[in-house]
Amino acid sequence: MPKPEEVKYTKTHEWLQLGAEAIAGISDHAQHEMGDIVFVELPKVGQKLEKEKPCAVVESVKSAFDIYAPISGEVTAVNGAVTGEPALLNQSPLDAGWLFKMKPSDPAEAAALMDWAAYQEFVKQSAH
Amino acid sequence: MSTATTVRRTALNETMRKYGGKMVDFHGWELPIQFAGILKEHEAVRNSAGIFDVSHMGQVFVTGADAFKLLQKTNANDLRKATPGKGVYSHVTNENAGLVDDIIAFCLAADRYLVIVNATTSTKDYEWLKGHIGRMRVKVENKSDDFSMVAIQGPNVPKMFEIFAPEALKLPRFGIVEKDIMGEHCYISRTGYTGEDGFEITAPHSVINRIWEKMMELGRPYNIVPCGLGARDTLRLESGYLLYGQDVDDFHTTYESGYGWVVALDKGDFIGRSVLAGQKAEGVKRRLTGLTLTGGVPRPGCKIFMDGRQIGELASATYSPTLKKGIGMGYMVPPDLKPGTPLEVEIHGRRVKAEVARMPFHKGTAFTFKPS
Repeated sequence: MPKPEEVKYTKTHEWLQLGAEAIAGISDHAQHEMGDIVFVELPKVGQKLEKEKPCAVVESVKSAFDIYAPISGEVTAVNGAVTGEPALLNQSPLDAGWLFKMKPSDPAEAAALMDWAAYQEFVKQSAH
Repeated sequence: MSTATTVRRTALNETMRKYGGKMVDFHGWELPIQFAGILKEHEAVRNSAGIFDVSHMGQVFVTGADAFKLLQKTNANDLRKATPGKGVYSHVTNENAGLVDDIIAFCLAADRYLVIVNATTSTKDYEWLKGHIGRMRVKVENKSDDFSMVAIQGPNVPKMFEIFAPEALKLPRFGIVEKDIMGEHCYISRTGYTGEDGFEITAPHSVINRIWEKMMELGRPYNIVPCGLGARDTLRLESGYLLYGQDVDDFHTTYESGYGWVVALDKGDFIGRSVLAGQKAEGVKRRLTGLTLTGGVPRPGCKIFMDGRQIGELASATYSPTLKKGIGMGYMVPPDLKPGTPLEVEIHGRRVKAEVARMPFHKGTAFTFKPS
């Protein structure tokens, strides 16, 4: 399980663990704001993602939320467990609740993502 | 029109924050959307006990020799069902049989009624009732600003009232009793918007916080939880209860809403009666119809399709924590679709399979209720 400080973050509250095969999910802050998650629609394996474009949908009881691709690339795996048990996103957003794995097409894009300290500051700023 | 007006706070505002309520602006009222989480709150009400601040609801008092006459004239339901100590759920209908509001009219005494009205419509209802007084000897007073209200709901709630208000345990569904609580004149009714047994307490602002705390204390053995608007909506929709402004309004009639049992055509004349009598004879063209679906969460505004053609859109829709699937209701044409009829609902541009469902979606203890 990656620690919060071991992954990068987007301004739309996704996290990305960098690597040849990067792993993406939603941040703990995001799951907390969404409330009880009851439905997840994942991208398809092989699907080409474009950074900052919607690629998945997470629905809580309250509302629907688009999930944006943190960087561009191709989906290599999806977490089928979360479609059967969407509450995993609430219980374990960085581990059992991961959403998909991807092969980055331009790893340099990741440089634009926030680190843990910057993300915490971002969350604090957007609360005002 | 400007909406940048000040948000109104209920007398329970501080208490809601103390208990961790996530506050939102709900039609101009600052109310908690949730506390611990909608699912947890929903399950607490279905299985044990939950408490809601519903102080935004309005209170209109109708008093005088002709109080019954005025209410009988302005309501589709028969006020004769509301004998002293009882209430009746009803629709206040306009000349076209559209709904001015859906209300509960409680008969406190032959010449004294308490009408519980919706928050957004309280002024409109008051003006409407006043406008139809004519020569009747009756006084209509909007006391919505003078009262707070809490709803205590769930199958274990009657046990909480055994010592606190034993007289309330004898109430039938929609019964009401007047009682001094902490030195103030209050009303306890066996009503609610959740589909479960329980009570609503209407009380002056001065004692409402102490009443809330008392309920939390009495409910501790039953793990009572504070509940927000989120759970209130999932609970009422599972129960097939209407939300004024979303499911019904000035332009949809009682028959169209599927609440034909509210219409008492045989009681004599009332506003909107001729239109309703016509709809009864000829049938309606559209009807609020329920549907269920898996593979997504339907939301208000989603389009409904049958055989590839759009037949309506969802008025209310959400995830049902009890059924663990999507539920919704919308006005559909044709109006008499049989349960099980296959439909599709468009969610995020994708058509998801659905089917017509019987309503209510779920029958809680309020539907199988027997007073002790």
